[in-house]
Amino acid sequence: MANTHEVAFKLNGKDVQVSVVPRELLIHTLRDRLAHTGPHVGCETSHCGACTVDLDGMSVKSCTVLTVQCDGAELFTVEGLQQAGELHAIQQAFHEEHALQCGYCTPGMLIRAWRLLQETPEPTEQDIRYGLAGNLCRCTGYQNIVKAVQSAARKVADHKVAAQAPSA
Amino acid sequence: MGDMTELKAREDKLQGTGTSMLRKEDARFIRGQGSYVDDIQLPGMLFGALVRSPHAHARIKSIDKAAAKAVPGVVAVLTADDLKPVKLHWMPTLGGDVQAVLADGKVCFQYQEVAMVLATDRYAAADGAALVEVDYEELPAIVDPKKAMAPDAPVIREDIAEKKEVGHGPRTHPNHIFTWEAGDKAAADAAFATAAVTVREEILNPRVHPCPLEPCGCVASFDKGTGALTVYMTTQAPHLVRTVLAMLSGIPESKIRVVAGDIGGGFGNKVPVYPGYVVAIVASIVTGVPVKWIETRIENISTTGFARDYHGVGELAADADGRIKALRFTALADHGAFNSHVSATKFPAGLFSICTGSYAIPNAYARVDAVYTNKAPGGVAYRCSLRVTEAIYLIERMVDVLAQKLGLDKAEIRRRNFVQAEQFPYTTAFGWTLDSGNYHPALEKVLQACDYEGLRREQAARRADPNAPTLMGIGLATFTEILGAGPTSVCDILGIGLFDSCEIRVHPTGAAIARMGTMSQGQGHATTYAQIIATELGLPASDIVVEEGDTDKAPYGAGTWGSRSTPVSGAATAQAARKIRDKARKIAAHLLEVAEGDLEWEIDRFTVKGNPSQWKTMKEICMVAHTGNLPAGMEPGLNAVTYYDPPNMTYPFGAYLCVVDVDKFTGEVKMRRFYALDDCGTRINPMIIEGQIHGGLTEAFAVAMGQQMPFDEAGNHLGNTLLDYFLPTAMETPHWETDYTVTPSPHHPIGAKGVAESPHVGGIPCMSNAVIDAFAHLGVTHMDMPHSAWRVWQKCNELGINKRQTP
Repeated sequence: MANTHEVAFKLNGKDVQVSVVPRELLIHTLRDRLAHTGPHVGCETSHCGACTVDLDGMSVKSCTVLTVQCDGAELFTVEGLQQAGELHAIQQAFHEEHALQCGYCTPGMLIRAWRLLQETPEPTEQDIRYGLAGNLCRCTGYQNIVKAVQSAARKVADHKVAAQAPSA
Repeated sequence: MGDMTELKAREDKLQGTGTSMLRKEDARFIRGQGSYVDDIQLPGMLFGALVRSPHAHARIKSIDKAAAKAVPGVVAVLTADDLKPVKLHWMPTLGGDVQAVLADGKVCFQYQEVAMVLATDRYAAADGAALVEVDYEELPAIVDPKKAMAPDAPVIREDIAEKKEVGHGPRTHPNHIFTWEAGDKAAADAAFATAAVTVREEILNPRVHPCPLEPCGCVASFDKGTGALTVYMTTQAPHLVRTVLAMLSGIPESKIRVVAGDIGGGFGNKVPVYPGYVVAIVASIVTGVPVKWIETRIENISTTGFARDYHGVGELAADADGRIKALRFTALADHGAFNSHVSATKFPAGLFSICTGSYAIPNAYARVDAVYTNKAPGGVAYRCSLRVTEAIYLIERMVDVLAQKLGLDKAEIRRRNFVQAEQFPYTTAFGWTLDSGNYHPALEKVLQACDYEGLRREQAARRADPNAPTLMGIGLATFTEILGAGPTSVCDILGIGLFDSCEIRVHPTGAAIARMGTMSQGQGHATTYAQIIATELGLPASDIVVEEGDTDKAPYGAGTWGSRSTPVSGAATAQAARKIRDKARKIAAHLLEVAEGDLEWEIDRFTVKGNPSQWKTMKEICMVAHTGNLPAGMEPGLNAVTYYDPPNMTYPFGAYLCVVDVDKFTGEVKMRRFYALDDCGTRINPMIIEGQIHGGLTEAFAVAMGQQMPFDEAGNHLGNTLLDYFLPTAMETPHWETDYTVTPSPHHPIGAKGVAESPHVGGIPCMSNAVIDAFAHLGVTHMDMPHSAWRVWQKCNELGINKRQTP
């Protein structure tokens, strides 16, 4: 299809440029063109959150965002959470609290939880459950995910890490 | 012997059985580096999209591919006619039936596979699929299984209408699949005839879907040069699938490689072979390039393995004290348009015959009649082993119904009927031998932890107050699971025995690799198996790599479903490790110049009895095994492979308690408390076990409180997206409390029983029992799942309790 658009955005701190047809979904650009296979497709209706990425400071479902809408945007995916080879506090907490099983929802959960902690640095259990309600998990029953976010919040408060955007 | 601190330090280093070792598999997932099937990109790969039927029952008059083929990027459109020359338009199913890969002249359920469009990318494939023009002549559809065997019912499967016999008896109607019976009907009938009390209920296990977050899919790659086929796919049973593919395609099994990378949840949904896989494989063989097929969520919910759809009738006969004398269970099973239910060949209705549960019931009879309807095929054992969920749901509901009729407390009726600790191994009226159990202490522990008596008093006070805005329900479930399928003598799939395997290779440095016939979908196998090996071999679990899912590497096994990994492959692992340890002992004896019998195993080494300063560590022995100084005639190396066919199933059990508050005016059910005590024998990784229980309870909550797959009269699916189909979020999922007792399996090498399905099997009846208990004082004996606010409100309305009382 000849009708392509040049789209430029920052992905995990790096400038990228892609040439896409208007209907291409962000999740496909990320996964198929840019080899960022962390975000996954689960439902195609914005419900499951496996494809969650951070777009200009907001958690969005990349299965229902058009890539052309992202021109000039700043995007973060799970691949950007790790800093200089060090796991982010939220990644560490998910591991320590056994907050994942099959791992399919995990990238979306992590990037959403990372944003949640910036929106609400000292979340209650209710804040966390409400804040993660757009991300489904079929394996864990959420209990350990809640614990992980609480633990990460404490770590962040101690080390002041999640307030910064991760760099590439 | 070293001092205790030193021994403890050595033991801790291993992170063996009993340790909550953090998962080895997490590292890639938390970095977004998992490798799921849709992550696979091969050069020149085409994308396949399926054209599916809008009708539940219709004849195909013609298919016009022209418009689809004109779409830029579309390479080919395949229909049944294209599959016929390679004889792949029909395939065998795991239920012993055949299923159309692409509809052959007629469609039998909505969304049935009709054609596949192959294109250079997924967008072009979708465009093409929308433009394939199929001319249908609609036929009357059967939606209600109760009408399937009416004399004038339309024949769904004309291809086998003339078939008179099935494996388990004569077919009595063209829409009849099988009738399967277990137990002793005459004995059960006789007990019913003389019983002091009998109860009967119609109990539905509605059609639900396991709905893992990752849909199904595959990448098929046929190499014309070598004639070898590689298929990357979402499968819980790679070896079984390879065998089926070989039978289907005629390609030698040794030239087929099935690779299951990371799997985004299975829950039974990823056991069967689906038409999409087969068409993608054919397409790769035909085009000579790799073909990817990934289903959408709509396709996943509406066409891949659903679960349940058992329309049951339960009956109990008891004496006046509530001691159960006999049980009769019958069920009408809606298997959809093709019998592709995953069942053991020897038991077409699976382990439905565990329906005596935890109780010593002397007489029992079960019967399942399965019928075809115009619904999707592929019934799977959703987070249970082959229909044990249906069985336990029935008995746990019926025990409550009996208690209610007798005015007996629901804990007391369970105490009176439990198999006693001293009766194990206990053979049930259906012939299964429960290996071990200790039911009374488990129940008492739960009752005490939750202050059952206090809850009962609170409930009595609530019931006495007609102005209370909420009803209070207390649910109990005391269940026994049947896991570890299974002894090949009683359990197989397509005739293949359900053994499993482990191959361990220990390297000179003491690091080891273990390859298994099972396949993890998130259960933490890489950690659990490594911990078993760590304990058996005295090598640190962190140095042991576990690989599964690649049929070129792993020994043959039946895969991961029915919680069989720990009971079967876990046993194979322990036995393979013990073979290696036996050889290591010989080497140690040789090196220390003592007889084997003079050595004892101590955590990570062999020490000389009576001379504890003399030892050889396992790590030292690993090096020696590869460098020389071996006993005369001994082969170098430390490898072993074990194929383990268990002598019996394992029978984990549990006692669950649930407290709910039901809003009389809105019908909303609030789960105030859920306490789950599980006994799965030896606990390998308590952290992983607890995680599995949380997940199983959450799936139980979804089934009990909100899931169903509704159809209209024409067979249209009325809810196949996550907009319609209930998957609980963090908001509505309750908080789970867990507890345990330990009753090891006497026949498993390390006493482990398997656990991940128990919370689903026990959780569903416990939640249902709680909701129904809230209405028990109003004369309600049963309400079908799901207990959604709408349905519960309907019950409140019917009972007239949603009216404000005027003072």
